Amino acid sequence: MISADLNIILPEIILAIYAMVALVGAVYTGKDALASLLTWLTAAVFVVVAAWIGISGAGTNVAFNGMFNDDGFARFAKVTILLSAAAVLVMGQEYMSRRGILRFEYPVLIVLAVVGMMVMVSAGDLMALYMGLELQSLALYVIASLRRDSVKSTEAGMKYFVLGALSSGLLLYGSSLVYGFAGTTQFSGIIQVAGEGHTTLGLLFGLTFVVSGLAFKVSAVPFHMWTPDVYEGAPTPITAFFATAPKVAAMALFARVVHDAFGGVVGDWQQIVALLSLLSMYLGAVAAIGQRDIKRLMAYSSIAHMGYALMGLAAGTEMGVKSMLIYMAIYVATNIGTFAFILSMERDGQPVTDIQSLNNYSKREPGKAIAVLILMFSLAGVPPFIGFFGKLEVLRAAYDAGLAWLAIAGVIASVIGAYYYLRIVFFMYFGDEDAEGLDKSRSPVLYGFLMASAAVMFFGLINLFGIEGPATLAAASLVN
Amino acid sequence: MTIAALAFYLFAICVIAGGLFTVVSKNPVHSVLWLILSFISSAGLFVLLGAEFVAMLLIIVYVGAVAVLFLFVVMMLDVDFAQLKAGMAQYLPIAILIGVVLLMQFGLAFGAWEEAEQAQSLRAAVAPEGVDNTSALGLIIYDQYFLLFQLAGLILLVAMIGAIVLTIRHRRDIKRQNVLTQMWRDPAASMEMKDIKPGQGL
Repeated sequence: MISADLNIILPEIILAIYAMVALVGAVYTGKDALASLLTWLTAAVFVVVAAWIGISGAGTNVAFNGMFNDDGFARFAKVTILLSAAAVLVMGQEYMSRRGILRFEYPVLIVLAVVGMMVMVSAGDLMALYMGLELQSLALYVIASLRRDSVKSTEAGMKYFVLGALSSGLLLYGSSLVYGFAGTTQFSGIIQVAGEGHTTLGLLFGLTFVVSGLAFKVSAVPFHMWTPDVYEGAPTPITAFFATAPKVAAMALFARVVHDAFGGVVGDWQQIVALLSLLSMYLGAVAAIGQRDIKRLMAYSSIAHMGYALMGLAAGTEMGVKSMLIYMAIYVATNIGTFAFILSMERDGQPVTDIQSLNNYSKREPGKAIAVLILMFSLAGVPPFIGFFGKLEVLRAAYDAGLAWLAIAGVIASVIGAYYYLRIVFFMYFGDEDAEGLDKSRSPVLYGFLMASAAVMFFGLINLFGIEGPATLAAASLVN
Repeated sequence: MTIAALAFYLFAICVIAGGLFTVVSKNPVHSVLWLILSFISSAGLFVLLGAEFVAMLLIIVYVGAVAVLFLFVVMMLDVDFAQLKAGMAQYLPIAILIGVVLLMQFGLAFGAWEEAEQAQSLRAAVAPEGVDNTSALGLIIYDQYFLLFQLAGLILLVAMIGAIVLTIRHRRDIKRQNVLTQMWRDPAASMEMKDIKPGQGL
């Protein structure tokens, strides 16, 4: 029994053991001198585990009395999380070591956060969900304030911690109400009792609290307040991490809870998720207009993108989940490229995040400017690039599910949001001629990621690199 | 009214009053004391429910360790609590409004609490007949909830790493004592005998 269970959860066990061995090994040997090596090694381990999960996983396996599900959906999310975490580790390594904040605990904490995310997307029980979420969040709070001499970084960690604790409180309170209604915390048990005709007020309260708690984690409006400050305050490689893997994990967890546990009461959560989606899209689009700092701008951009992903979820259908997964995969691929660019933005060796510094960038580095242009167009959803297809999928799913109003609102929000992405492009191509520009970048790694991401945006339009097949399978394994 | 019901109301009132005064009392030390009252009263509530182990845990862990730590922190940190609370009066009306609305909503939800029909049969982790709840808890934590138990361990590991990462400082500008070097020294290596002639000096 237990050996079969352990077999199913083997990837997580291996990562956890790797983290502990790396921690102890580094403490007793080179400490921070090993940090660069450890970062590369961790990225390699992530890629290997991702390949292993992607290739060997098959079917739906349940472990630990239904607490842990290993199905197509979980595997899709895990592969996305592992690959994006690996990319971010490699990207940030040079930036962090140059500024003396690359410590050996950083990759270890990232591994532990990733283990938490993997548990989250596989959770089959409200308690397992909470454990995964806390493991992930606690590691993220720490790395947010990794640059502890900086007031902003400390403030980011503190804000994230306090608001994260609040959201955990909401989630736990909701879980206790759901438990009070269903008598069990297992998703398989909750779905049995929730959804025969009428829903009681208690279940509805519990559901609302749980959804609010999860909305905090995906930073959907009105639970988004922490996002801009944390994005701005945290060191840039860590912001890049926040914008990718945890978002995928939280979104996948959201989908799992609403479908696995509350799949019988779609009507009840659909309206909440639709409202969250609508507010996020509009706030993300409007509030980013006034931003001068590119990290804050990306924070609002991520809020808006979460709005679109939630729109797919709000559809409440298999197609909705599929479109959400595709959207998240595209979002992550675009964000990795964008952050590779932001990491390379510096003047006299100091990082710059002001978008005014992009003035006239195309004259200095035309190749990179084109790549950024492609990424910005893709983020805005301009047709030839795959960001457009992601948006198209979620809009179609929402429309098919009878949420035409939400789809139309989404189109309008995306037009508003296009303004600030295009403004960056404007600065690069038609900006002030004699403004002080950025240094020439020296990092081949960042250059590679930027170009690869831009190429993905462009060549992905052929068949989205075949992610549609796995996403369909994943959605089918979740919704039935 | 039975004695159990009387005890329930007593403890319940103490929990709520303790919670309220934790928030409103001016002196932070008093706040912690009120907090302790509400911990102890909730332990009493757990005893009434038949969960003695959780009750004892609450007293030992929360009152014994956490609240005492709180007291230390409150007394040792130089935080001007009066200043922290200065904004409170300003927000009080809206806070009361939201509080009352929330209270009414919860009254609505709990007033007519309905559980699912199969809830009783689905009930997780029922203590078996004839086993007291300490051993019942022990049985499931290491068996049924094995995964959760291990994850909790990982969370504590993260907390530990985090505390160290965020606070440790390796100072290079101070001299440290190295006990081994001190012990390995011997007079032959560290002392030199000089024979000084009278009236010459070194």
